[in-house]
Amino acid sequence: MVSGVFQFIANNFPQALYLTGEHVWIVGVALFIAAATGIPLGLYITEHEDIASPIISGANIIMTIPSIALFGIMLPLLSPLNMGLGKIPAIIALILYSQLPIIRNTYTAIKNVPPDLVDAAIGVGMSRWQRLKEVEIPLAAPVIIAGLRTAAVMNIGIAAIAVYIGSGGLGVYIQQGIDRAYPEMILSGALLVSILALIVDGIMALLERAITPEGIKVRKKLMQ
Amino acid sequence: MKKPLGKIYRTLLLAALFIAGIMVERIGLITYLTDPYEYPIILGLLLRHLYLVAVSISFATIIGLAAGIFFTRRRFHRYAGVCMYIIGLGQTIPSLAILALSMSFLGIGTKPAIFALTIYSILPIARNTLAGISAVPPSLLDAGKGMGMTPLRILLEIELPNSMQVILAGFRVALIVNIGTAALSYLIGAGGLGDLIFTGISLMQTEKLLAGAIPVTLMALLADLVCKLLELILISKGLRLTEQNKEAA
Repeated sequence: MVSGVFQFIANNFPQALYLTGEHVWIVGVALFIAAATGIPLGLYITEHEDIASPIISGANIIMTIPSIALFGIMLPLLSPLNMGLGKIPAIIALILYSQLPIIRNTYTAIKNVPPDLVDAAIGVGMSRWQRLKEVEIPLAAPVIIAGLRTAAVMNIGIAAIAVYIGSGGLGVYIQQGIDRAYPEMILSGALLVSILALIVDGIMALLERAITPEGIKVRKKLMQ
Repeated sequence: MKKPLGKIYRTLLLAALFIAGIMVERIGLITYLTDPYEYPIILGLLLRHLYLVAVSISFATIIGLAAGIFFTRRRFHRYAGVCMYIIGLGQTIPSLAILALSMSFLGIGTKPAIFALTIYSILPIARNTLAGISAVPPSLLDAGKGMGMTPLRILLEIELPNSMQVILAGFRVALIVNIGTAALSYLIGAGGLGDLIFTGISLMQTEKLLAGAIPVTLMALLADLVCKLLELILISKGLRLTEQNKEAA
């Protein structure tokens, strides 16, 4: 069976590569847009405490909706625009699902910046914008990237289900494997999706480490 | 400033509900749901969905808790890291793939679906039990030992109550993911509300699709609520108090 999987991937290598690329493309576009909306929203709610908890609980409710149900509910809403099936609803769903980890991590990260550092920044005469740019965002960046990492790994799994609304990607192997009762095909799909998730997880972990300011690394070492 | 904002919010919510109601009526969901022929079928699928979720989540809770407790005993604690790593790997496999693989080993029907749902729900419960019990302060364990508690009593009266919040968080994730995955188990012939969703997508029958998707969503939201209630019941008052103190400080 295991050798059958490698045989299958070797025989269909160009197609497997294409589907992997499609999968990465869907998840990547969704993650990019989600970061572009989620991080500013997270920053905004640290300034406006009164709307912080409704926004986070709203994102939490979206996260609770099962993925196939969300695809189903979006289908009649988007089909008048002729976008009910295909990649666009899949990307919209992934963006919605990514909001919770990204917003929550941004919010808690900025909230957890030590107040003495913020005071010091005010003391040296930084403006609000400078404080955000020079102090708060660099200190919060590792946690924000961790939120993106959670979102990315989760989205890779959900994108496999989106194949049922015609988005393509590696879910194609799983879907067709079920329809044909072809275990090698299912296993290849599952294996490639898992490997993709592990690779993305690893890359994001490296990014997390690279983006951590040197000062925090030293402090963490001292604390240990 | 807050009051007008709340008013606008409430008005918008009412408007959204009204529009949703009109859409539901226009799509024909209400006619579909009250159709004397369709209605028992939908109810049957709903019950079937609940059955799949209930059976698999109870198995998963028992096995996950047992595994979590087992790997935190001192004798087996050194395998805990390996166990966490395997759980992490397992969680990267998409739920659809777990169902599909279980179909290729066990055939089609209810049995493979329950098997796959159980396996997939064990992971978060076991992980959080492991993490929760490991995070219990050692001073509490020492205090328990000092009072002459047996290991079983330490487990039941110190370790589990102190880690209950984390365990329940894992249970919540498992339950919600389980409800969503049970909708996919239609694909391997186990029925459930996924039947309506997938058929609705294939036939572009919006009312059928929504008759499956809306109950699944409501079920997941309800499960979230139930977990919040469980938190109120299961977490002891003393621990909740310290949490409030922490927030106040």
